[in-house]
Amino acid sequence: MTDSTALRAGAAEAAMAGAVLGRAASIAPGATPSVRYVLRLADTCLIHAQRLGEWCGHGPILEEDIALTNLALDLLGQARALLTHAGQLDGQGHDEDQLAFLREERDYLNLTLVEQPMRRSSAHAPGGDFADTVLRNLLLAQWLKQHWRALAGSCDAELAAIAGKALKEARYHVEHAAQWVVRLGDGTPESAARMRAALARIWPYTNEMFIDDEVDACAEANSLGPRRSSMRPAWRAAIGAVLEEATLALPADSAFVSTGSRGVHSEHMGFILAEMQHLQRAYPGGTW
Amino acid sequence: MSQAPTSPSPQALEAAAREWPLWEVFVRPKAGLDHKHCGSLHAADAAMAIQLAREVYTRRQEGCSIWVVPSSQITASDPGDKDMYFDPMEDKVYRHPTFYPLPEAVNHM
Repeated sequence: MTDSTALRAGAAEAAMAGAVLGRAASIAPGATPSVRYVLRLADTCLIHAQRLGEWCGHGPILEEDIALTNLALDLLGQARALLTHAGQLDGQGHDEDQLAFLREERDYLNLTLVEQPMRRSSAHAPGGDFADTVLRNLLLAQWLKQHWRALAGSCDAELAAIAGKALKEARYHVEHAAQWVVRLGDGTPESAARMRAALARIWPYTNEMFIDDEVDACAEANSLGPRRSSMRPAWRAAIGAVLEEATLALPADSAFVSTGSRGVHSEHMGFILAEMQHLQRAYPGGTW
Repeated sequence: MSQAPTSPSPQALEAAAREWPLWEVFVRPKAGLDHKHCGSLHAADAAMAIQLAREVYTRRQEGCSIWVVPSSQITASDPGDKDMYFDPMEDKVYRHPTFYPLPEAVNHM
């Protein structure tokens, strides 16, 4: 059995288990721009946290294993606050758990980048590398940091408060990831080659981080938050500085634009959701 | 002086050379208190040692400041000297300031 057929069989089994027990019906949040704006951020944090959590027990060293799961917990905390707030803005009475676990794939609005499997030799993630993980951490942490900084001036006081707390966490996330990117990029020939390969794999997914749509236009018009395209110059400058220190060349831009923020995801998303949702689908409202 | 154990094998020395060096971690629980030794960890350099110490030893709000010191830079007293160094103090209780009547107003001495 190849890795990918094993993967499909596992997901089919999970999906079937959900269908048989089938106690929790899906919910659909409203499609107002402000709800979608908050969900885009919330889901990016949520799925990013889930992917980082996959490193638990598999980190290259014990201390880094703890570090990666600490990052995951920070992101999960941000996702929880944002999902709760999105539920309030939406006004349908959905709480953070319902929004995290009971939506259909098309209703998740995370960046496609965070779905990509990056833990090495995981049953769910053939390929990938620690280099991919720390590079993605850097690109996302810088992007989120700029969001939090800008959102501190949001007209939405709750969103501004969430951003104020998250900014401190993101500052550390950037520092942690940058240290690794420099260490590996400017390390041995082997580590540098892996960082270059990771950069080539990941870079095309960064376009989506700065493409505006009607949600951005609305957020900017209502002073809810920044439009994505406005953050590109500062992001490129910050990332460029780290890559330069890491002796890595900034890749050429590609024309590819991923579409996770609009709910159209890569082939990996269904597998993540099957794993994340199974328990809440089978045992709605289950707690520890 | 205690006798050094038999010298490690060349393989063990080579393995040790590939390991990251060991660092001792000191955490200050809050402003005004001393940095307290709380453990050790392996790290490639001082910056990584600080970062990993933050992850491992302060994740439950244990501190507000961290020191790391290369373990190799610590000089320790020899366990074999314990008798000579510390036992002579056993019968010198007069070195404790417990032989003075304290004024009523002084608490917590």
